Amino acid sequence: MENLVQTALNNVNMWAIMPSIILVCFAMGLLLINAFLPRGATKPAMWISLIGLAVTAFSVISGWGSPQYGFSDAVALDNFATFFNVTFLIAAAMTILMSDDYIRREGYPIGEYYPLILFTTAGAMWMASGTDMMTIFLGLEVMSISLYVLAGFFRGDVRSNEAGLKYFLLGAFSTGFLLYGIALIYGVTGSTRLSEIGVFLNAHPSLLSNPMTLAGIMLLSIGFLFKIAAAPFHMWTPDVYEGAPTPITAFMSAGPKAAAFAAFLRIMEYCFFSLKPEWTAVLWALAVLTMIIGNVIAISQTNVKRMLAYSSIAHAGYALVGMVAANEIGYSAILFYMLAYTFMNIGAFAILVLAGKKGEENLTLEGLSGFGYKRPLLGVAFTICLFSLMGIPPTAGFAGKFYIFAGAVKAGYIWLAIIGVLNSAVSLYYYLRVMVYMYFREAEEDYSWVKVPVSVVVSIVIALVGIFYLGIIPGAVMDLARLAIF
Amino acid sequence: MTLTALFSQMPWLTLLLALPLVGAILCMLADPEERTSHGLALVTTGLVFAIAVGLFVVYSNGGGGWLLQEDAAWITRYGIRYSLGMDGISLVMVLLTSFLLVIAALAAWPVRRYAPQFLGLLLLLETGLLGIFLAVDLVLFYLFWEIMLIPLFIMIGLWGGEQRRQAAIKFFLYALAGSLAMLIALISLYLLHGDQTGNYTFLLTELVNTELSLTQELWLFAGFMLAFAIKTPLVPFHTWLPDAHAESPESGVVDLTGLLIKTGIFGMIRIAFPLFPAATHQVLPLLGVLALVSLFHAAWGAYRQQDIKRLFAYSSISHVGLILLGLAAWQVTALEGSILLMLTNAVATGALFLLVAMIRQRTGTCQLGELSGLWGQAPNLSALFLLFALSSLGLPGLANFAGEILVLIGTFQTHPVWASLAMVAVVFAAAYILRLVQKVIWGPDCGARLLHDLTPREWLILAPLAILVIWLGLYPAPFLTPLHEPVQLLLGGLP
Repeated sequence: MENLVQTALNNVNMWAIMPSIILVCFAMGLLLINAFLPRGATKPAMWISLIGLAVTAFSVISGWGSPQYGFSDAVALDNFATFFNVTFLIAAAMTILMSDDYIRREGYPIGEYYPLILFTTAGAMWMASGTDMMTIFLGLEVMSISLYVLAGFFRGDVRSNEAGLKYFLLGAFSTGFLLYGIALIYGVTGSTRLSEIGVFLNAHPSLLSNPMTLAGIMLLSIGFLFKIAAAPFHMWTPDVYEGAPTPITAFMSAGPKAAAFAAFLRIMEYCFFSLKPEWTAVLWALAVLTMIIGNVIAISQTNVKRMLAYSSIAHAGYALVGMVAANEIGYSAILFYMLAYTFMNIGAFAILVLAGKKGEENLTLEGLSGFGYKRPLLGVAFTICLFSLMGIPPTAGFAGKFYIFAGAVKAGYIWLAIIGVLNSAVSLYYYLRVMVYMYFREAEEDYSWVKVPVSVVVSIVIALVGIFYLGIIPGAVMDLARLAIF
Repeated sequence: MTLTALFSQMPWLTLLLALPLVGAILCMLADPEERTSHGLALVTTGLVFAIAVGLFVVYSNGGGGWLLQEDAAWITRYGIRYSLGMDGISLVMVLLTSFLLVIAALAAWPVRRYAPQFLGLLLLLETGLLGIFLAVDLVLFYLFWEIMLIPLFIMIGLWGGEQRRQAAIKFFLYALAGSLAMLIALISLYLLHGDQTGNYTFLLTELVNTELSLTQELWLFAGFMLAFAIKTPLVPFHTWLPDAHAESPESGVVDLTGLLIKTGIFGMIRIAFPLFPAATHQVLPLLGVLALVSLFHAAWGAYRQQDIKRLFAYSSISHVGLILLGLAAWQVTALEGSILLMLTNAVATGALFLLVAMIRQRTGTCQLGELSGLWGQAPNLSALFLLFALSSLGLPGLANFAGEILVLIGTFQTHPVWASLAMVAVVFAAAYILRLVQKVIWGPDCGARLLHDLTPREWLILAPLAILVIWLGLYPAPFLTPLHEPVQLLLGGLP
C-alpha cells in the first residue's frame, strides 16, 4: 500500500497541469474578489481575467517543445495540447474583450460571467491534454457545466433560459453516452489510459470485432460528435447558439468545439488506430452529412446569428474532413483550421455584438441594411471576416480549407474533397447575402446607436490580424501544427 | 552602376503589381469630397502603363522563354513560391491591360458617389488582372484569380443598375464555383507531382513535367477548364455575363475592365494546355464545336437584344467564340490571331461600352427602340460610334479584321469546315451591328432633345482608342512579334 502511494506521488508532475492551475487560481480568486466589488462593477473582473489569460498563455507557450507528462500518464502537456491551449486562450480573450459593454448593455453586469469563461477554458485545456478517459471526462464536465450556466446567463430572457436548459438537458444526455462508452471500453480492455487501451486492442485483434468494443466506440464517438455539433447530433446547436448571449455563442463555436475535436482526435488516434479504416469510413459519411445539413439550412436563415450557428455546423464538417483524411496534413490542418476559425468567427460575432440593439433585436439581415455605409470600418471588418469564412484568399479561411482539402486529396478521398468544395460554394450564397444587405441596400437608419468600445475594437483587430497573418503567411503556423500532431 | 544594370535589376514585375495596390489603399483614404482619388488613380494607372510600355520596348523581341522572372520563397513547407514570370504573351496582355486601365480611370471621372472606394477597387482589380498574367506559381495565380472577383462583385453590386444585386451574386457564384473546381484540380496535380518526384511544388514550370495517365489528365483538365470556360465565357456557361453587363455601373468603367476578365482564355493558353497536352489533344474538337455554338448562339442573342449593353455583351461572347475557335484550330496563325482578337475585342467593344455610357448620360436610355438619329445631334460621337462598331463587325483595315482574318486563315488550314461556318457567323455579326448602327445613328432625328457633342475629356478617352483601333487594323505586326515564339513553343509541346 505504501509503495503504491509512493509510486503515485512520484508520478505527480505539477508542471503538466501548471497552466490550468494558474487559470483556475485566477478564476477562483476572481470569484472571491467579485464578492467584494460593488454590484455592476465588472471592469476590474474583466481586467483580472485578461491578466489571468495572459499569464496562462505565457506558461503555456513557454512549455512548447518540452512535453510534460504527469499523474501516471493521465495528463500530457505536449505540443498537441499546447497548440490547442493557445487556441482556447485566444478564443477566451477575444470573447472577454467583446463582452464587457455587451453584458452592461443587456442589463446583466454580473462579475461571475468572467470566472465562468475562465473555468470553461480550463476545462477545455484538460480535454486537450488528457491522456486518460477520466481526465478527458473531467475536463469535459468542467467545460460543459460552466457553459450551461453561461448559455442561460441572461436569466430574465426567455430565449437565454431556453438555451441554457436545452443545452444542459441534451448535453447531460450526451455525456451519459460518453460515460457509457468509456465504461464499455474499460470493460473490454481493463484500462482507462488511452495508450494502454490502444496497445491492448492492438495485441488482441479478436477484440476489435467484439460487439462491446464497437458499442463502446460508438457511444464514445456520439458523446464527442454531440459537442462538435456534427450531424445528426446537431439539433441543439441553432437554438442554443441563438438564445445564448452573443459573445458566449462566439466562444462556444470556437473554443469548446476545438476542445472536443482535440479530445476526439487524441482518443481515436491513441486508442483505436487499429480500427482506422472503419472509423474513417463512418466519419466520411458524417462529414458529408454535416457539411450539407449545415450549409443547406444556413441558406434559409434570416437571423444572422442563427445563420452563423448553422454555418458553424458546416465548418465542423470541414474539420471532420481533415479527420477522415487521417494523415499528417489532415490532422495538422484541423489544428490550423480551429485556430483560423477562432479568429474569423469570433471576429464576425464581435461585430454582430455591436450591431445588435439592446435585447438583441437587431440581428436579422434586414437590420443590417446599409450598415456598410453608415459604419464603413466595421463594415469592412465584417466583410473581411465573412470572406475568410467563405474561404477566399488571402485569408485564414482559405489557407485552412486549402490544407484540409489537400489532406483529403492526399489520402485519396477525392470525392470528399469535391463535396467539401461544392459545399463551400453553397456557403458563399448566405455569406454574400449578408454583404448584399450591408452594402447594396439603402440604410433605413443611421446606426448612430452603435457604440464602439475600445475593448471590442481590440478584439476585432486581433481577429483581422489573425485572419491576414494566417492567410498570407500560413507556413509558420502550419509548421507548428505539424510539430504538434502525434 | 550603369543605367542598363539598374534597369535589369529593378523588380519590375513586383512593381507592376505593387503600384496599383498602394494606389488602391491611398485612394480609399482620400477625401471623398475632392477629386483626389480620381487624380491618384490616373497617376497610378499612368505609371503602370509607362512601365508596361518600357518593358514592351525593351523586350518585345525577346524570344520564346521567360523575358523577366522574379522568384522568392513564400510558404516553403508546401513549396509555394512568390514566383512571377513574363513571356511574350503576358507582355502583350500586360501592355493592353495597363492601357485600358488608364482609359478606365479617365472614364471614371464622372463617378462621384463613393468615388474613393470606386477608384480604389478599380486599382485593386488592376493588381488582380496583372497578377494573373504574371503568376508562375499556381497558388499565386489562384490568389489573383480570386482577388479579381471581389472588386468586380462590389462594383457591380454597389454602383450598378436596378437588378444589380442579383447580377452581382450571379456573377460571383458562377465565377467562384468554377474556381473551386480549379482549386481541387490544382491540389490533386500538386500531390501527384510531389508523389512522383518527391519535389512538392506549385511552379507551373515544374508541374509541366508530371507524368499523368490520360484519365487523370482529362479529369484535371476538366477542373481547370471549368473555371476558365465560365470566366471566358463559353456557351453554356455564359448566362451570367449579359446580366453583369446590363446591370454594371453607368460609367461603363466596369464594362471596359469586364472585357479584360476574359482572362479565362489566357488561363487556357498559359496553364491548361501546357499542363495537360494529351487531354488538350482529345478535347480540342469538342472545344471547336462549343466555340462554334458560342459564336452562333451569341450572335443570334445579340440580334434579339433591345438593350444596347446586352447586345454588346452578347457580341463579345460571340467574339470569344471566334477566339476559342482559333485555339481549337491549334495552328500558329490561328493562335496568334486569337490572341490578337482578344486584344482588339477588348479595345473595340470596350470603346463601344464607353460610348453607350456617354449616350445614356445624354439621353437617359440605352434601349434601341428609344434612340434614333444621333448623327444630326452629335456628329462626332456618332462618327466614333460608327468607327468602333465597324471594327467590331470586322471591317478590313480596322482592328478586329486583323485578328479575325488570321483566325480564319489558320483554322481553314486544319479544319476547313469550321472556318467556313465561322465565315457565316461573321455575316451574322454584320447583321446585328448594322441594325444597331442604323437605328441609333441614322433614322429620323428625334429633334426634341438637344444633345451636346463630345466634351474634351471624352475626346481624351476615345481618341487613343480610335488610334489604336486603326493602328491594330493596319499594322498589327509590333504586337504579333512577341507572340510568335511563345505560340510556337506552346504548339511544339503537343503531339
